[in-house]
Amino acid sequence: MKRIFSVLVENRSGVLSKVSGLFARRSFNIESLAVGETNDPDVSCMTIVSSGSKQTMEQIEKQLNKKLDVIKIKSFENWQSVTRELILIKLRYNKSNREEILSVCTLANAEVVDAGKRTMMIQMCDTPEKVQMLLDLLSGISIVEVARTGILALQRCVDTEK
Amino acid sequence: MNGADAVAKCLELQGVTTVYGYPGVAICPVYDSLLDTKIHSVLVRSEANAAHAASGEARISGKPGVCICTSGPGATNLITGIATAYMDSIPLVCITGQVNSDLIGGDVFQEADITGAAESFVKYSYLVRKASDIPRIFKEAFHIASTGRRGPVLIDIPFDIQNQELRRFEWPEEVNLRTYKPTYYGNPMQIRKVVTALEDCRRPILYTGGGVHLCNARDLVRAFSEKFSIPVVSTMMGIGTMPSNHPLYMGMAGNNGNLAANKAIADSDAVILVGARIADRAVNAPQKMMANKVLIHIDVDPAEIGKNAKCDLPIVGDAKAIFEEMLKQEINLPDLSEWVESLQKVRKGKSRAVAPKLFVDPANFVNVLSSHMEKDAVYVADVGQNQIWSCSNVIMQEGRFLTSGGMGTMGYALPAAIGAKMADPKRQVVSVSGDGGFQMAMMELATSNQENLDLKHVVMNNGSLGMVREAQRFSFNSRFTMVDLNGGPDYEQLAKAYRMKYLKLESNEDVEKTVTKFLNAKGSVLLEVLVDEDGIVRKTGGAR
Repeated sequence: MKRIFSVLVENRSGVLSKVSGLFARRSFNIESLAVGETNDPDVSCMTIVSSGSKQTMEQIEKQLNKKLDVIKIKSFENWQSVTRELILIKLRYNKSNREEILSVCTLANAEVVDAGKRTMMIQMCDTPEKVQMLLDLLSGISIVEVARTGILALQRCVDTEK
Repeated sequence: MNGADAVAKCLELQGVTTVYGYPGVAICPVYDSLLDTKIHSVLVRSEANAAHAASGEARISGKPGVCICTSGPGATNLITGIATAYMDSIPLVCITGQVNSDLIGGDVFQEADITGAAESFVKYSYLVRKASDIPRIFKEAFHIASTGRRGPVLIDIPFDIQNQELRRFEWPEEVNLRTYKPTYYGNPMQIRKVVTALEDCRRPILYTGGGVHLCNARDLVRAFSEKFSIPVVSTMMGIGTMPSNHPLYMGMAGNNGNLAANKAIADSDAVILVGARIADRAVNAPQKMMANKVLIHIDVDPAEIGKNAKCDLPIVGDAKAIFEEMLKQEINLPDLSEWVESLQKVRKGKSRAVAPKLFVDPANFVNVLSSHMEKDAVYVADVGQNQIWSCSNVIMQEGRFLTSGGMGTMGYALPAAIGAKMADPKRQVVSVSGDGGFQMAMMELATSNQENLDLKHVVMNNGSLGMVREAQRFSFNSRFTMVDLNGGPDYEQLAKAYRMKYLKLESNEDVEKTVTKFLNAKGSVLLEVLVDEDGIVRKTGGAR
């Protein structure tokens, strides 16, 4: 099973390595990890996607809870949350495939954010599935570089109000 | 007042009386400040042993042990000791010197990223950035080490911070950590559920681990067992929960445990597991073993519950608080006498014939040694075959059995015995090691001398690394390699070199006489016991 852990941590040096080190030491899988400050500058939010058995998912939450730099953990499944990922793709293009690229962008709701004579950069922010779809659609095109944020997720509003 | 003075003051305020360590330039300010306190600094001969000694002290005093080492190699040497304490949940506060703050990261002389290196073996660690943080950090460190699931806390202090002036020493009245609030009291609802579950069962047992000793719950667990006539088995770390000859005690369970204890687990319909993690050495296939019974798991660490076996009824909290509550409950247990008797029959059936061999039978030796020890004595076992012989055959009364259970660190016994003796000088302390582990720690005989300690050390000498040899015998078709310890030393000469008395035991006839002489001698004694290198502990725990 796949599970998303939204982990609030103290915004201090070394905390990222302590949390990622815990995953390494206990052989927990990390599919994606994204970190950023929250509205409180003393607190960062780490969004970690992991997969494994139900027991492993339970252990991840319990072991994270033991870390003294971890303030709070919410864990949920994909369908219980809104997930987003941002991707930047730099492509090599030419006259013959320019239109095709632009139509893929329109289709996928991606936008061109920078362009040179031979390369252009497109950006897309959507669910991880849509981001993957865009990459698949562009598979015939020469991709120079890709950067993606990793998955960000928050629990859906109906669930959090409970 | 500088940072180092603040450290010394913090230790005083925490009631620390002894610290163990090894100096180096990077920690000199702290040791200098300690000179102006009543705190006694014990100079060990190798840093890991500072942590082991602090561990031995902590296990007897119940308070965090403190060790202080220098930066770089001093700190990295300490790691094995820290990891050993971590695996057995022993409260330690480990202080290391660090290079100047502005040099950190520059790979300068004797620099090591110790907080990074020790991360997976500490409960928490600090790299001190300014001297004014020292009082808060120390207050927190002692609190973290000694509450919840106990464990080591590391404080790394750069040299310049030790020398930095503090305008004011602000000692916080209480610790306020938003991320750390361990559960102490058991949930009353869960306790009620346990009562109901116990009333429904016919063959309950208590299965106790090291946690019982760590939170000082031994007497309460005993009282609970006696009040309801519930048989008790223990893990290796739980040895001492009950006196060995107690009618309700069925012995140590596990691969090296005894028949009655393992039968008690197998035949029970409810297991109250207290402060134990059902480790791989205690239960072979925990999931299978616990399948047909109600598992009630009491542990202060919620992560241990359900980790190795599926738990039916968890209670998170301190075993002492929980058993205080459990003893107040009215529990209408069915008559358990038939169940208890069935186990007692197996327990009594265990016969122990001494093997008539050229060597000393180690199982019999441990038996005789421990039964001649004082009532509240501390038996410190090392690691290897000697550990199995010890834990399977030791006779406990009101004393303690200390060993490195989780990490299995060779060389633990001697320094841990030093710490145990420092914690309670009136108590008899005996260390039992193999010749392998002893040679890893024998430099600490000097520490023991320097402190004028009266310690009794046993070396079971088979000129071999017996445990590995045994593994090679069974798993590598007797292709023995790397197990011969035929380079010495001559233990009689060694004892002489350290100005200790020396005794030698070569045959089974002399066991009683030599043990009596050994235990009654004044001052430290080294007893060399000749055992067979072909001795086997496998599945029998060495018991015959």
